[in-house]
Amino acid sequence: MGLAKRISLLFKTKANAALDKREDPRQTLDYSYTKQLELLQQVRRGVADVATSRKRLEVQMGQLQTSADKLDGQARAALQAGREDLAREALTRKSGLQGQLQELKAQHTQLDAEEAKLTQAAQRLQAKVESFRTRKETIKATYSAAEAQTRINEAFSGISEEMGDVGLAMQRAEDKTAAMQARAGALDELLASGALDDPTRPRDDIQAQLDAIGADSQVELELAKLKGELPAGQGGAGDAQRQIEGTGEQAK
Amino acid sequence: MIVRIMGEGQVRLDDSALERLQPLDDALEAAIESGDDERFRAALVELLGAVRAEGSPLAGDELLPSDLVLPDADAHVDDVRALLGDEGLIPDPS
Repeated sequence: MGLAKRISLLFKTKANAALDKREDPRQTLDYSYTKQLELLQQVRRGVADVATSRKRLEVQMGQLQTSADKLDGQARAALQAGREDLAREALTRKSGLQGQLQELKAQHTQLDAEEAKLTQAAQRLQAKVESFRTRKETIKATYSAAEAQTRINEAFSGISEEMGDVGLAMQRAEDKTAAMQARAGALDELLASGALDDPTRPRDDIQAQLDAIGADSQVELELAKLKGELPAGQGGAGDAQRQIEGTGEQAK
Repeated sequence: MIVRIMGEGQVRLDDSALERLQPLDDALEAAIESGDDERFRAALVELLGAVRAEGSPLAGDELLPSDLVLPDADAHVDDVRALLGDEGLIPDPS
C-alpha cells in the first residue's frame, strides 16, 4: 500500500513536527484542544456557507423556471392569436433559459453533496474532539513523563489527522462555493440587465405585442357592442357629430 | 490496521484483507505515475470500494492515527500529486 502509506506518513510528520515544538506535552494537549474547537467552529461556518449558496441557487432556479413558464404561456397565447413569429421568439428565449437551468441543476447537485460531506465531517470531528478532551484530562491527571508520552503521541496523531482531513474537505468546499458564487453573481447581473427575461419586470416586448393584439380585439368587441346599443336609424355619422359638437358648446 | 478514506472517516482492516488489496494499490500507484486522471480514478474507485467492503468503520469516539490514508473518490490525480509533493496540501494541525 505504497501511496496510502506515504499519505499517512505525511500526516504523522506534520503531527510530530507540531509536538516537537513544545517541551511539555501537556501544553501541547491544551493548545491542540483550543485549535480543535476553532476548527470545529470553522467547519460549522463552512456548512452554513455552503447551505447559503445552495439556497441562493434555489432562488435563481425558481426565477428562471417562472420565466420559462411565462414564456411558454406567451407562446401559446401568440399561437392562438395567429402570431407564429412571436411564438417562435418566446420559445427560443425559453430554450435559452432551460440551458441555464440545466447548468444550475448540475451545480445544485454538486453543492448538495458537498454540504452533506461537510456536515458529516463536522459530526465526526465533534465526536473526536470530545474523545480527545476526555483523554487529555485522563493523561494530565495521571501524568508521568515516560508513560504519558506514547499516549499523547497517539491521541495527538489521531486528532491531527482528523483535523488535516477536515481542513482539506473545507478547502475544497470553499473552492466550489466560491466558483458557484461567482456564477450566481454573474447570473444576478444578467437578470438585472434584463438580458434574461426577468419575471419581475412588469412587461416585456413579447407581452407588449400580445397585449396590443388583445387590446385591438377588445376595442373591436366594445365597438360592436356600442353599435348594437344604438337605436335603429340613429347610427349615422351626422348625429354623432352633432352630439359631440353640442357637448363642446355646453362646456364653453 | 487502521485505514482512513479522506473525507469519509476510518475503517479497521484485517491484515489478510490487506494482501488482497495489494494488487489494486499497485495499479493505483502506476496510475499516479502516469498522471492520467481517468486511469487514476478507475483504480482509486476500485480500491476504495474494496476497502469499504472489507473494512469495518471505526466508532466515532475512537481516536487512533491511521496506518494508511487513501484520497477520496473525487480527488483529482493532480491533487494527489500535489499532496505528495514537497509542500503537501495537508494543513498544519497546530
